[in-house]
Amino acid sequence: MIAIYKRELKSYFTSMIGYVYLAFMCVVVGIYFMAYNLYQGYPYAAYALYGCNFVYLISMPFLTMRSMAEDRKTKTDQLLLTAPVKVSSVVVGKFLAMASMLAISCLIFCLYPLVIRIFGTSYALAADYNAILTYFLMGCVYIGVGLFISSLCESQIIAVVASFGVCFLLYMWPSLVGFLPTSAYTNLLMLAAVIVIVALIIYALSRNWLLSVILCIGGVGASCIVYRVNSDLFDSLITNALGTFSITDALYDVAVNQVFDLSGILMYLSLIALSIFLTIQCLQRRRWS
Amino acid sequence: MIEVKNLVKQYGDHIAVDHLSFTVEPGQIYGFLGPNGAGKSTTMNIMTGYLGATSGEVLINGHDILEEPEEAKKCIGYLPELPPLYTDMTVEEYLRFVAELKKVPKKERKGQLERILNLCHLQEMRGRLIRNLSKGYKQRVGLAQAITGFPDIIILDEPTVGLDPKQIIEIRDLMRTLAQEHTVILSSHILSEVQEVCDTILIINKGKLVACDTPDNLESSLSGGNRLELSVKGSRAEAEQILSAVEGINDLQLKETAETVELVITSDASMDLRETLFYAFAEARCPILMMKHTETSLENVFLQLTSGDPVETEEPAEQDESTAEPAEPAEAGDEPVEVEVEVITETEAPAEYDAEEDNEA
Repeated sequence: MIAIYKRELKSYFTSMIGYVYLAFMCVVVGIYFMAYNLYQGYPYAAYALYGCNFVYLISMPFLTMRSMAEDRKTKTDQLLLTAPVKVSSVVVGKFLAMASMLAISCLIFCLYPLVIRIFGTSYALAADYNAILTYFLMGCVYIGVGLFISSLCESQIIAVVASFGVCFLLYMWPSLVGFLPTSAYTNLLMLAAVIVIVALIIYALSRNWLLSVILCIGGVGASCIVYRVNSDLFDSLITNALGTFSITDALYDVAVNQVFDLSGILMYLSLIALSIFLTIQCLQRRRWS
Repeated sequence: MIEVKNLVKQYGDHIAVDHLSFTVEPGQIYGFLGPNGAGKSTTMNIMTGYLGATSGEVLINGHDILEEPEEAKKCIGYLPELPPLYTDMTVEEYLRFVAELKKVPKKERKGQLERILNLCHLQEMRGRLIRNLSKGYKQRVGLAQAITGFPDIIILDEPTVGLDPKQIIEIRDLMRTLAQEHTVILSSHILSEVQEVCDTILIINKGKLVACDTPDNLESSLSGGNRLELSVKGSRAEAEQILSAVEGINDLQLKETAETVELVITSDASMDLRETLFYAFAEARCPILMMKHTETSLENVFLQLTSGDPVETEEPAEQDESTAEPAEPAEAGDEPVEVEVEVITETEAPAEYDAEEDNEA
């Protein structure tokens, strides 16, 4: 794992990608920092970070595009997968290398609160650094998404476009969820649809139709009964549940309200773990297809 | 030691490897031989744990490649068809990375690196970016990668593709050196190469093992008897008439040219017809201009074993030619055995050319 980590990290600096990525991040975040904090005198650097969190939509797909796709294209995955290392350490090594790139840019952002402190009054250094940490973890979620999509693709171009699409969905998630209806009846229907989809996925994975049919009928039946008893429970049920997956919320809490959002951080960590898990599964699966 | 038991690999309806079983004993050079698409690379990919088999098992030094992948992979060095190189690294950086990846102890890394660079003749290229190396050097870096850590078993998939004749000889020597301490398995569709280097040959066709023996045994056990090539002055009818009186001819092929008849006569291995034929033609006052005794070469064995069912378009074309005019492949197969190094360079060039064409196809 360490060998792969070191090689990946080094390769970012032997090619242009690493430098271009760092320059791009510094320019964009720097402009926001200049506009919000230096020019308008707002004392929280976190606000500048929140203002430009869209920058991940562009930078992360480019950082992650080659991680898995390139290996597959140049067949270097044959070296990695026939070496005495676990598939999981290959994936984690690559993830950590990308996270380190992100960390380097975040270290530069760590100077911003100090700049504010030197030239003016800084009210909450802790909140600012907390925001940078949250910002970093949020970036890691995007890296995880990009890593997974890269493992699905052989072409880096397709990986970039697809990761941008998925990251954009994640970014727009709260607004998209806002379009869903909130009435109890439609939420019941949506829940039923979710249950059917889950049952279909289980069938696709296990080929056990009995289990899926029982799950499908049982789940839908149970929801209908609960709806009969107390329909208020279903008001905005699905929309609220989906809304919790909003990935910008945690950063918003810490940047604007200066509140440490533990649940948001936990969600980031679980999304990262999920994407790494999916990437490992994807690599394993390819060996058997 | 590798044990492959009942290996099957299916891609949809296509069966790439079909119930393949064999055992590889330590300290020998094994050659995988087979036409394109026979399943050589797939088998190697499964043996090294890159691909999963549909069914069957592979034991490397007693470790199952699926259940104890790390233990099993530690015993293997693998050079795939396309060397897995990171082209943005220098040769030395790359080999250091591979050594770390293969968990070579830190103390041994430096000494091993020097040894491998010397073995593969890469010393003067150590500081170069892999991207800028020629194909032959890339292949050598791939080979260096495979032997890094000096694993018990070294698996090489067409190691001499793309090399010039001199490099091919160097690589063969290297394989012989390695075989003193390691088991080497290599695949090839170049017969002369396998014949020259390998102790044991495994011939694979359509995913099935059709033969596994030493080159000499294969030749003798599968030889179709004695073959004589003759060139006789006279007409076809005359020749046929003379030969009808000779006993012991199993197979006869005639070809008439302007003044002579070309004959290919096959008889039982125990029977030497040369004298009989000489007197028969002499009595009929038909001068024999040429008589040549050809042994069954490995190439013939290979063609016999793999012909049954054509796999790809290119190979059957060659096979058809050879059955129509058996004189040609026999000659080509004999030359590398009779004449040593000098001729190899000549015969190797077209062979290598073929290989490259095949790869492109």
